[in-house]
Amino acid sequence: MSKIIASAAIRGAHKIAKQAEDILSRAIKEKGKDCKVEFPNTGYYIPIIYSMTGIAVEKLADFEDVMKEIKDLLPGLVDDELWTPYLGPTLDAGMATLFAEEIIEACKYLIGPNPVDGIWLGAADDVILRERGIQFVDGTAPGFAAVAGAAPDVETAVNIARKLQERCLYVFMSAHHNGTTFAEQLASGGVQLGWETRLVPFGREITSAIYSLGFASRAALSFGGVKAGDYRRNLLYNKNRIFAFVLALGKVTDEWYATAAGAINYGFPTIADSDIPEILPTGICTYEHVVSNIPHSEIVEKAIEVRGLKIKVAKIDIPVAHSPAFEGERIRKEEMYCEFGGQKTVSFEWLRMREIGEVEDGKVEVEGPDVDSVEAGGKMPLGIVVEVAGRKMQTDFEPVLERQIHTFMNEAQGLWHMGQRDLNWVRISKDAAKAGFKLEHIGKLLHAMYHEQYSSILDKVQVKIYTDEKQVAALREQAHAVYAERDARLAGMTDEDVGTFYSCTLCQSFAPNHVCIVSPERPGLCGAYSWLDCRAAYEIVPTGPNQPISKGNCIEPTIGQWDKINAFVLKTSGGNVERMSQYSMITDPMTSCGCFECISAVLPSTGGIMIVNREFAEMTPCGMKFSTLAGTVGGGNQTPGFIGHSKHYINSRKFIGAEGGIRRIVWMPTMLKEEIKDTFVRRAEEFGLGGEEFLARIADETTAATEEETLEFITKAGHPVSSLEPMF
Amino acid sequence: MDPKQRSSDKAAQEMLKHVNETGLETAWDRFEQQEPQCGFGKLGLCCRNCSMGPCRIDPFEDGPQEGICGANADTIAARNLVRMIAAGAAAHSDHGRDIAHTFKMAVESDSCDYMIKDELKLREVAARYDIKIEGRETKEIAADLSDAVMAEFGKQEGTLVSAAAYPPPARQKVWEKLGVTPRSIDREIVEIMHRTHIGVGSDYKNLVKQGIRASLADGWGGSLIATELSDILFGSPWPIRFGANLGVLDEKQVNIVVHGHEPSLSDIIVAVSQEPELIKMSKDKGAEGINIVGMCCTANEILMRHGIPVAGNFLQQELALMTGAVEVMLVDVQCIMPALGSLSNCFHTKLITTSPKCKIAGAEHIEFEEDRAAEIARQIVKLAIENFANRQGKVKIPNVTEHGIAGFTTENIFYHLGGRFRASYRPLNDNIINGRIRGAAGVVGCNNPKQMHDYGHLTMIKELIKNDVLVVSTGCSAIAAGKAGLMRPEAAAKYCGKGLAEVCETVGIPPVLHVGSCVDNSRILTVLANVVAEGGLGEDISDLPVAGAAPEWMSEKAVSIGMYFVASGVFTVIAEPLPVLGAPNLTRYLTDEIEKDLGGKWAFERDPIKAAGMMIEHIESKRDALGINVEKERKLYDMEDRRALVVE
Repeated sequence: MSKIIASAAIRGAHKIAKQAEDILSRAIKEKGKDCKVEFPNTGYYIPIIYSMTGIAVEKLADFEDVMKEIKDLLPGLVDDELWTPYLGPTLDAGMATLFAEEIIEACKYLIGPNPVDGIWLGAADDVILRERGIQFVDGTAPGFAAVAGAAPDVETAVNIARKLQERCLYVFMSAHHNGTTFAEQLASGGVQLGWETRLVPFGREITSAIYSLGFASRAALSFGGVKAGDYRRNLLYNKNRIFAFVLALGKVTDEWYATAAGAINYGFPTIADSDIPEILPTGICTYEHVVSNIPHSEIVEKAIEVRGLKIKVAKIDIPVAHSPAFEGERIRKEEMYCEFGGQKTVSFEWLRMREIGEVEDGKVEVEGPDVDSVEAGGKMPLGIVVEVAGRKMQTDFEPVLERQIHTFMNEAQGLWHMGQRDLNWVRISKDAAKAGFKLEHIGKLLHAMYHEQYSSILDKVQVKIYTDEKQVAALREQAHAVYAERDARLAGMTDEDVGTFYSCTLCQSFAPNHVCIVSPERPGLCGAYSWLDCRAAYEIVPTGPNQPISKGNCIEPTIGQWDKINAFVLKTSGGNVERMSQYSMITDPMTSCGCFECISAVLPSTGGIMIVNREFAEMTPCGMKFSTLAGTVGGGNQTPGFIGHSKHYINSRKFIGAEGGIRRIVWMPTMLKEEIKDTFVRRAEEFGLGGEEFLARIADETTAATEEETLEFITKAGHPVSSLEPMF
Repeated sequence: MDPKQRSSDKAAQEMLKHVNETGLETAWDRFEQQEPQCGFGKLGLCCRNCSMGPCRIDPFEDGPQEGICGANADTIAARNLVRMIAAGAAAHSDHGRDIAHTFKMAVESDSCDYMIKDELKLREVAARYDIKIEGRETKEIAADLSDAVMAEFGKQEGTLVSAAAYPPPARQKVWEKLGVTPRSIDREIVEIMHRTHIGVGSDYKNLVKQGIRASLADGWGGSLIATELSDILFGSPWPIRFGANLGVLDEKQVNIVVHGHEPSLSDIIVAVSQEPELIKMSKDKGAEGINIVGMCCTANEILMRHGIPVAGNFLQQELALMTGAVEVMLVDVQCIMPALGSLSNCFHTKLITTSPKCKIAGAEHIEFEEDRAAEIARQIVKLAIENFANRQGKVKIPNVTEHGIAGFTTENIFYHLGGRFRASYRPLNDNIINGRIRGAAGVVGCNNPKQMHDYGHLTMIKELIKNDVLVVSTGCSAIAAGKAGLMRPEAAAKYCGKGLAEVCETVGIPPVLHVGSCVDNSRILTVLANVVAEGGLGEDISDLPVAGAAPEWMSEKAVSIGMYFVASGVFTVIAEPLPVLGAPNLTRYLTDEIEKDLGGKWAFERDPIKAAGMMIEHIESKRDALGINVEKERKLYDMEDRRALVVE
């Protein structure tokens, strides 16, 4: 720590602590000591305080204990001469600052000004944490840039943000400089802000930086299985997993220094555009701790180098940028130059395997008129046919690879894609068209991305793009036949048909004891990995996280246990899980990493179960919100009566087969019902439960808020669960 | 002789000039009177272990090459050397034993003047001794630790617990292979005395082996126990400001100089001297208050824990007394010159001995009993106050005081490198690996009138830090560095190379870290063990880019210290050669072949710059062997790499 920085940070920490003390006493005066205090919809209380100290703050009075911790941590100011060592004290001051800033922000939720205001989003709830957190787990987001302050002008701000997005990083924004903020600069530059574009404005004050660091702490708690209060593992987890850094744009105040010192505890260095002292020796962070005076044109590259991050950016010969960060970018009608499909024009997309001699790698053909043939705001038909060949390619991989068209196209800036097969819908923005984007670029993009990600199974890729309506319609007929054939094959595929399941240990770097067993009838709990996906992934990276496991002998068919699967789980869970059932949530249920789409939980008095999806933020009949439930289920432990699973699994014939399957479902949020409805109704009919009627017998938040109300509802509705044996 | 030839210390020079004028005598004068010193003694060739002798070996090969019993030069010198180690190890370990007894008393008695001040460290140390911690009261744990530690001195079976609990596993294997794993502290010392008796062993290597074993029982045993229990009993040091040199004596106050080595009495003296009643009494006698200052390692003990100023190091003990401003010089054990006895009679100063082990002609003896500690301490302070009025003539205190920061320990380094939340040695290892810090050196030891006072320490330390070698220091060497301003944090920018300066600036530390008294050399051992455990710099202490030195050594304790550093794998340079140069095979073994057995070796070099050069060369060779001298490209982490990182 440079002495100047240490002195400033410790001064700043004292100032922020004072602010916290003041706002806390005002909040207590206005609301009383027993007033409940929380960030919206999270099971992690006030997360930095919770993760570092284990203190679960629930009411304002609890903050008084935290204030004691803060005072205990706050060191004396650094002397001008004969100073005692200040690195440790400064890091402590930094942590004290983060605690104090959490108090400040939490009190603002109670007595204002509300952190959520205009473009400012305030705390991220657990839905966002889980949805976005998975990207940190699988590496699609290597980390985040916590931007403090503002760039000198809008153009510079937009350039920096775009560069960060191109490198797949999240951009968390807080604090102001020169009367403006980075987020406001982006907004005035016409950049779409929000979680979906990875550009997240937290707040105007430096105190809102705790939303970034709180997000990091929660990632360690939820995905890393780190226990609250285990500060050391939490911080090291962040140092070694979440490659974040601070970009300080503008004058670095004492309060900024103090907050940056807090970030250094996480191994997140600061890169500044101003001329402040540097801290180059390594140790707390992977490399330098503070690097300064970096020109704006180089600041993103420098930050990545300082953090020690390697980001592969596929260079694709198209006139727009390409990165996962652009995936969530919308193109509104008025920004749109041209659209395809979306029930407005005939369209489809189709990936087929061909013989190696039938594919000319890199060939892109566009048949029919190009985008410049229409006026701005126009529409055209579109047929995309991707033809691939490779020694390791299999027909079964076709749907897996075809689904990637969605992601690949969405990741191009100014290109928007929705749906799949013949329900696809594509838009090209005015900006992209202005930059020279033509239909051949879709081909070039797909060719490059397939090679980039699937080179171990694909040798050749060619793309044909059709815009002539008749031609598109004719080809779509051909594609239809293939879709139907695939569906039939997939629908018929059962766990009994295959001798091999696949493991998924992708999350083990985050949840060390968890292992998913993916079978045809039980996809991965994150919803992202089906049995076929795993098989393809294994072909792509034979030593990767998806390994084939021969089932071996069946121990018990109803709960779904096999000797070799159990042996594999025991070994890969580090000896933690001895037995695991594929079809039971009571007997040796599967563990969860934290990425699950849904949680099933027993409602004992009803004899059935409730299912809640992570998007549902309200209270559920079991008395816990999704976020609290998630804490019970995640972390790689077996918790009988609770499982995390994908949405698809609900519609599997094997869904908790040991307990009686979907008959047990007595409560689901309406949004989940709606989402899974089509297949669910079919499945219910198949089981002789009556399709629509059965769905109607299941309670939801509009009909039952508590377990008692659920019981009352299903009793009245004549739900079949009453005829089943008790679950325990 | 010109005072400037005798000492590089300004206060000492001023006092020596004053002394010349008054006609008093000092160690420097007596040294000159001793010259020429005995050549046989210097070369280690005189044996007086039985009454057939004394025998001596002719170093020029003209005269006898064997003693009456047939012992040759190597045997005689090896016997003499290991007897020095026995004495040194005995001194440290007996200090440790005394602390252990005080500790036992504190644990067993509810009414004694000592108590456990560092419970955290108690638990850490007890865990090392495999004592159950969880769910137990402090007293219970402490009682078990007291028993375990006491057993280490005299047990008849097994090996030292601490020698298995503290050093890296690889080091323990080296000792096992050579057969030098220490069994118990006293036993190894006794066995030296047995083996060097007339007609026991004559194989010089086998004799040295026992010296190694006894030294290890000192460093990883007796000394380590002294350090650990002192921390538990008197509180673990924490970075603290201190003043140094004769200028800390205050003409207007009652001055008490505490001198020697043990903290038991001095710590209590510090406490009682702050009692209002005694302060008032001093004022009634015309003084402005009570000024406790330290000398030698007693100074280091209370300086590390309380910031009590240090008046000087070994060669300044007479000078302090000669200021005429010292009411009481209170001594316990070790490095107390008998000359003080007669010297004190020339002044009003009362020289008070307190240990039954150390009575000095001309001194008053007030025996220190731990169970009446405060009472005795008060008695002594009162005596000093009473004596204030007896000052004779003019007081001469050089106006020379420097300041610095002391109080670094094996344990608090964790905190200072990462705060409460990220405490670790990682930044130290990292910056050694990346070359900002080339390595570390322990510069320790005494004063010796054969070298210009403090010059060896300071010249060597400055050369090392200029070359980006971090220095840790203890004993009289640390006091020398403190007096010269090398323990000011500001010294980093002034004296260090760029890399070390950057690291010091980052942490806020001086380039020379004061880690305590000479028994606290055990702290250097445990720091090295922690550096190995942190990882990235090899498996053993002998892999580390570190070196040790005692540029002005004189005591037998220094020989034991040197040997336990060599036996722990550290290249150790001393100025005055060991008294072995008359024994060619023994010399070759100690300075060369021993490295194959232990990974460390001795070197003798009087020129501190050359000696520093040898240390730096050794450090660079270790860096080469570790492969960290190769410029590495910055590793950038992709997802695979991140997954491979361990989170522990």
